[in-house]
Amino acid sequence: MTKIKHHLNDALLMAYSAGTLPEAFDLTVAAHLSMCDECRAAAESFDATGGALMDDLDTLDLSDDSFAATLRLIESAPTVSAPRKRTKGVLPAPVQDFIGGDLEAVRWRSIGMGVKQAIIPTAPNATARLLYIPAGCAVPDHGHRGTELTLVLQGAFQDETDRFGPGDIEVANEDLYHTPVADIGEDCICLAATDAPLRFRSLLPRLAQPFLRI
Amino acid sequence: MPDLQHQTALDWTDHIHRIRAQDQAAFKEVFAHFAPRVKAFLVKSGADLQMAEECTQEVMATVWTKAGMFDPSRASVSTWIFTIARNRKIDMLRKRRRPEPEDLFWGPEEEPLAEDAVVLQQETKRLAEAIRALPEKQRHLVEKAYFGDLSHTEIAEETGLPLGTIKSRIRLALDRLRHQLK
Ligand SMILES: [Zn+2]
Repeated sequence: MTKIKHHLNDALLMAYSAGTLPEAFDLTVAAHLSMCDECRAAAESFDATGGALMDDLDTLDLSDDSFAATLRLIESAPTVSAPRKRTKGVLPAPVQDFIGGDLEAVRWRSIGMGVKQAIIPTAPNATARLLYIPAGCAVPDHGHRGTELTLVLQGAFQDETDRFGPGDIEVANEDLYHTPVADIGEDCICLAATDAPLRFRSLLPRLAQPFLRI
Repeated sequence: MPDLQHQTALDWTDHIHRIRAQDQAAFKEVFAHFAPRVKAFLVKSGADLQMAEECTQEVMATVWTKAGMFDPSRASVSTWIFTIARNRKIDMLRKRRRPEPEDLFWGPEEEPLAEDAVVLQQETKRLAEAIRALPEKQRHLVEKAYFGDLSHTEIAEETGLPLGTIKSRIRLALDRLRHQLK
């Protein structure tokens, strides 16, 4: 596997560990962590921070019956759910959990100029979608009100800032207007999450925006 | 030769190994120590008392059922139980499982190196001490981030937490695990 060059920042890793990210971001971070042991190790060290904070809290007593109630829960628990099988596909395991399979299960919709997308249903405070950019094609020039995360799952794209290959994640904030263009060698598939609607410069995508939900 | 410090750091790890072997006495001790902390964490992050009580019982039940997946070369018992509590909290709010990375854990035949586990437990202790020693203002920010009062855009891109050493130890453990999974 090619070396991952673009990683998550501390703010996102810490918020993921604290459990305060919107669901669409949780999904995108979990997908990157599935591909990147560097960030997984960082995320797990933020978990250690959470554990240390929890250790130091003033304790709260439980009800008298709680230990017995917990044992009853254990007895009635269904057999431990088997851990997910390690997947070999293009989509990382957490994405497959949402889609219900690998690429063959994705229901693409065209958004013009050869580009396709599939919205992944998540909690409404942010949006996640898969993007399919044919080799050499561009995603319409856009900016963001909030944060946009774009994780490359296959192929590569280039924008005004750099080139992004498999496993790379671009963290774009308010100030970035960019036009991602897929490498000529291979169709590019990305997972993108935003916590606010995108802003398009040209009129057409802007008109289509409510309909496309991006 | 493990000194006394190693012993205390490893204490809870041994308990989880005993829970794997269905040892209820070990589970009772883990419950007595951790359940009141889990409940405090849940209340701090916004759950009401009733919800926190039920959720804590579910978290502790998961400690029993998932004891086989605990990896002491990557997490202390506090860390591991924190992640279970955090996930349970989110699942309840969303009524859906929190997206988690691809599972990576040791199978029944192989175990992490004991030495890796000892070092990781020590590093976790050091980290906890470092967090306690943070300047008041910075510690307050970290707490706010973990108890849900800060959004990701309000957290600094560089948090300034001393995570370098523990991160490289976890990274090493992940490398060994990946090698084993091949
Ligand atoms: Zn990374």
